[in-house]
Amino acid sequence: MPKLPSALRKPSKPGERGNGARRDGGGANGVEAEPHPVREKTKEGAIDVVGWVDQRTGASPFLTGLLLRKVPKGTNWFYTLGSATLFAFVVQALTGVFLAFYYVPSATEAYDSISHLTNDVFLGEFVRGLHKWGATMMIILIFLHMGRTFFFGAYKYPRELNWVIGVVLLILTLVMGLTGYLLPFDNRSYWATIVAMNITASGPVVGPYLADFLRAGSEFTATTLPRFYAVHMLLVPGLIIALIGAHLYLVVKLGTTAPPWLRAEAKPKSSREEKVG
Amino acid sequence: MNRAEQEAYLREYEVLKKKGKPFFPYAVLKDSVMMMIVALVIVAMAIILGAEQGPKADPTTTTYVPRPEWYFFFLFELLRVIKPPELVPIATIGIPTICMVLLLLLPFYDRNPERRPERRPVAMTAGILTIIAMAYLTFLGASAGSPTEIEVEPPPQIAADTAAREEFEFGAQVAAQSGCLACHKFGENGNDGPGPELTEIGAKIPAEAISRSLVAAPGIMPAYGDLPPRKFDALVEFLASLR
Repeated sequence: MPKLPSALRKPSKPGERGNGARRDGGGANGVEAEPHPVREKTKEGAIDVVGWVDQRTGASPFLTGLLLRKVPKGTNWFYTLGSATLFAFVVQALTGVFLAFYYVPSATEAYDSISHLTNDVFLGEFVRGLHKWGATMMIILIFLHMGRTFFFGAYKYPRELNWVIGVVLLILTLVMGLTGYLLPFDNRSYWATIVAMNITASGPVVGPYLADFLRAGSEFTATTLPRFYAVHMLLVPGLIIALIGAHLYLVVKLGTTAPPWLRAEAKPKSSREEKVG
Repeated sequence: MNRAEQEAYLREYEVLKKKGKPFFPYAVLKDSVMMMIVALVIVAMAIILGAEQGPKADPTTTTYVPRPEWYFFFLFELLRVIKPPELVPIATIGIPTICMVLLLLLPFYDRNPERRPERRPVAMTAGILTIIAMAYLTFLGASAGSPTEIEVEPPPQIAADTAAREEFEFGAQVAAQSGCLACHKFGENGNDGPGPELTEIGAKIPAEAISRSLVAAPGIMPAYGDLPPRKFDALVEFLASLR
């Protein structure tokens, strides 16, 4: 029978039946008769912690509302594409943190830090692979998710705003692809970025300014790489996380659509009568 | 969608939602299975395909033909399909910007309350055509090789003289290695655009103008003024002799 060391026991208040030392002395009989004190305390403690947090956050109605909310009839596998995209984003975030442990965002050291990561670090090459192909998967899943939303007419009233947020998320993800492409700093990254920046600069009105901002000047210099790095791992991910939050909020608030071919068989009028009755 | 249609939709949705199942565990289970599949695919691709590391970035090389990530191939191809230089900004910025704005504002101009695909012929046609166009451009962009050879026959007077012929071939080699083929066509080689065809460039503009263009690099063309003088001269001479 496990016993708490006396130092951890709650000192009994004056007037209460016995203290720790006396109970030990009282023999096994007295302890067996009442419920196991340690187990009881632990159970109560766990409930107390949940209750304590709940009392201060009011989270439990929110969480039960979130988890037990109904999804419409006919919800099928096409509806998993959004959460799959989110999952791919989480993979990118986690592998990205791992890569950032080793990556040096400097024009002179970036390439060697990637070599080191690939060749020396345990699982380094594997994690780079996960990040690279996770990006591809995320792009594919976003397009599939958008296709589902389009063909099911799910962008229509009342979900117009969530479509807009989704398109912005698509653009931001493409920006991630563009800025991340430079970071390995091999020939392929460098020259593709030069071309991409020349294209950006040829854009009307804001084009030259945007290109100058991204390159940190009118030419590709040693400052360009840290700038792409900051955009790739601070600016755009921050925006993506905030917009995913808004996107999910609206999904929960408005509910996911039912497949467009499903009809509630009762006519709207009679369903209203049901409610009244 | 007018007020009555909006209310009708909300009523209908309410009924369908009531008949549905709770998010946990039903939807959560499906989502988790899908996430597992995604995880397995990513792990498999990471193991099988890996992430290669190319040669270190070399700003001085002029032989590298850059290629974007595959999901930008359709843009890349759009750039190659549209040839006249004055239209290039339209291909690179105009069309993608218009497409993005159209995509962003979709719910605001598609006011049709109907959601069933078979009753939205215009939207379905537009959507399917967009997908086909993007898939086709991506395919073209993916299959476009990175050519590194120019097979142009020298003009007779150069072909006759061995030294001039060697110089001509050296110039052709410089042109091929400098990535000119990415944007210019030389006879049967190279991409037809975005740059102008150079098969008969020597007949159109004099050598000095060619030299100036290489240094000044109009539009999106990279500048070639940094080439070693020996290579640069051979390149200009080669281009000027194309007639």
